[in-house]
Amino acid sequence: MRIITCAKEVSSRETRYEINPEGKWIDESNISFEINECDEYALEEGLKLKEKHGGEVTILTLGRERAEKIMRKGLAMGADQGLLVLDEDSQINSPFVVASALAKALENEEFDLILTGTQSDDLGYAQTGVMLAELLGLPHATIVMQIEVDQESRTVKVLREMESGWSQWLEMPLPALLTVQAGISAIRYPSLKGIMQAKRKEIKKVELASLDLDLSALPALELRNLYAPRQDRKAELLQGDTASVVDQLLEKLKKEAKVL
Amino acid sequence: MAEKTYVLIHHDGRRVQTISYECLALAQKLSQETGASVSAVVLGNELQTLSKELTSLALEGVIVVDDQRLAEYSPEGYSESLFQLLDEDQPNLLLMGQVYQNIDLAPKLAARLKTGLVTDCIDIRLEAGELLFTRQMFRNKLNADISILSDRPWIAMVQAGAYLAENLRKGSSPIVPRTLDLSAVRFQRKSLETLEMTKKKVDLSQAEVIVGIGRGVKQQENMALVEALAQALGAEIGASRPVVDNEWLDRDRQIGSSGQNVSPKLYLAAGISGAIQHVVGIKNSGCIVAINSDQNAPIFNVATYGIVGDLVEILPELTKRLQEN
Repeated sequence: MRIITCAKEVSSRETRYEINPEGKWIDESNISFEINECDEYALEEGLKLKEKHGGEVTILTLGRERAEKIMRKGLAMGADQGLLVLDEDSQINSPFVVASALAKALENEEFDLILTGTQSDDLGYAQTGVMLAELLGLPHATIVMQIEVDQESRTVKVLREMESGWSQWLEMPLPALLTVQAGISAIRYPSLKGIMQAKRKEIKKVELASLDLDLSALPALELRNLYAPRQDRKAELLQGDTASVVDQLLEKLKKEAKVL
Repeated sequence: MAEKTYVLIHHDGRRVQTISYECLALAQKLSQETGASVSAVVLGNELQTLSKELTSLALEGVIVVDDQRLAEYSPEGYSESLFQLLDEDQPNLLLMGQVYQNIDLAPKLAARLKTGLVTDCIDIRLEAGELLFTRQMFRNKLNADISILSDRPWIAMVQAGAYLAENLRKGSSPIVPRTLDLSAVRFQRKSLETLEMTKKKVDLSQAEVIVGIGRGVKQQENMALVEALAQALGAEIGASRPVVDNEWLDRDRQIGSSGQNVSPKLYLAAGISGAIQHVVGIKNSGCIVAINSDQNAPIFNVATYGIVGDLVEILPELTKRLQEN
C-alpha cells in the first residue's frame, strides 16, 4: 500500500501565547514546535496499515526548514520517506492555498490512501484535508476513528465520529482521503533503531515557488486581527486561602444559588 | 444586485435543529445592516412537514430540494445540489451550522466553488462596510477576526450558541420547491451501519448535580479526590474529551459536542479549560462553578462562581466541609 500522511508543524501545546506587535500572528520567539496532534494520530494509523498490509508511508509537509524535525521523528516512528514543500517566507494561512500546494506536490505521485488530521492546533480550520480530496477528485471521510482496508476489493471502511456519541461505518473505493481524529489510539514511541534508521531516510524538498501556483489567484482567508478574548468574565471569583474560598463557595451555593 | 443570504438547514429528517434557527437569526440580524434577503435551504427527501416549520419565519423563502437521492446525507449529493443552486441563484453568503456533517461537506463545496469558507464562527459582523468573521484559534486561547478574499458566495459555519434563536423574527415565507438534476452524481461513499458508540450506562442528561473534570486533573491518581467529592455532593461524574481519551473514565461520561448534553442545577468544573466543544454541552446548567489554576481559562467566562487555584487542594477541602455538614 502506498500511504501519504500529511503533517503540519504547529506551536507546541505548552506555549504561552502572545500576540506579535502587528497583531496578526503570535510572537514566535522563544516557543517550541511539534507535530500537529491529529496529524500524529493520522501517521500512527498509516504506520498500522503499513504493518498490516505492507507498503510504504510518505510524510508530506508544507512548512519551513524547521519542519524537518517533526518529519524526522515520523521517519523514526517508521515512515519511509518525507516530502517537504518549502514555504520559508510566505507563511500560508489559507486552507485552499495549502490544499492546492499539496495537490500540486502530489501531481505525479501514485497512492492508495491519504491521511490527514481533522484540524490543526493553531488555525484549526478543519478544511485542508477535505479540500485536498476535492482537488484530487478523491472520495473522503472526516473525523475518522477506525480504518479497515480491503486490498482485494480496493475499498476502505472507516468508522467516523458523529455528535452525541453516535458513529457510522462508511465504505468507499481506493484511492481515498481520510481526516483522522485525535485520541483514537496509542502513539508509538520511536525506537533507538528507528531513530538511527531515520537519519538515512530521504526527505525530498521542493520549493513552493517551483510548483507553479499563482497564489494570488486563489481564495484566501486573511487574519485581520488576533487578540486575547475579551474577558467576559461572568464568574464571580472567590479570593482567599483554600479554607476561605471553600467557605465562601458553600455559602454562595446555599444562600445565593440555592443549589445545596 | 440585491444581496442574498442562504442558510443551509440542518435536520434529522423530522425536525429542524436548533443550530439552524440560530443561523437564521444571525442572518436576519446581518440583513438589517446589509439589506440582504434571507432564504432557508432544505435538502433531503419527504420534507413536507419539516419545511412547514420554517414558513412562519420572516424569510424571503424556504427553498426545498426534495429528492430521493438526498434522503440520506452524502458529500457528493449535497455538494452537487448546493453547487447547482448557488450557481443559478448567486447568493453572496451561505451560512450553516458548525456540525460534523458540515465539516464533512463545506470544504468540499468551497473547494469546488473556489470561494472562501470560515469555520467555527462565534460572531459575524459588518465593520466599516465589510464582513468580519470571528473565531477562536491557537487551542481556543485567542480570537481572530477573519476576512475572506475570494469570489462569492462566501461560506461561514456558525458555532452552536454563538447567536441566540430567541431573536428570530417571525413572519410568513413561501415554500419554493426546486428540482435539480442529480443524475450525473457519482455516489462513491456508501454508509453501512450507524452505531450508538456508548453503551450509555449513565444518562448524565438527567443528573441534577455533576462534577465535570478535565485535563487539569493531571493524573489518574487524582481521580480519587474527584470521586470523594462526587460522593459528598451526591453528584454524577462527567468529563471533557481528554479525560475520556486517556481512559480515566468511560466514554459515556463525556460531555460536550461529541458526548452528552447536560443541564444540572449545579455543574462543578474541575480542571476544565472551557473549550467550546465542552461548553456547548453544559451551557444549560443552572449554576456553574469553575476551579482552574489558570485565571485566563475560558471556563471563567461561562461560570457563575470561580476559584483560581489548585484542585488538588480545593477538592479535598470542599469534600471535608460537605461531609461535616
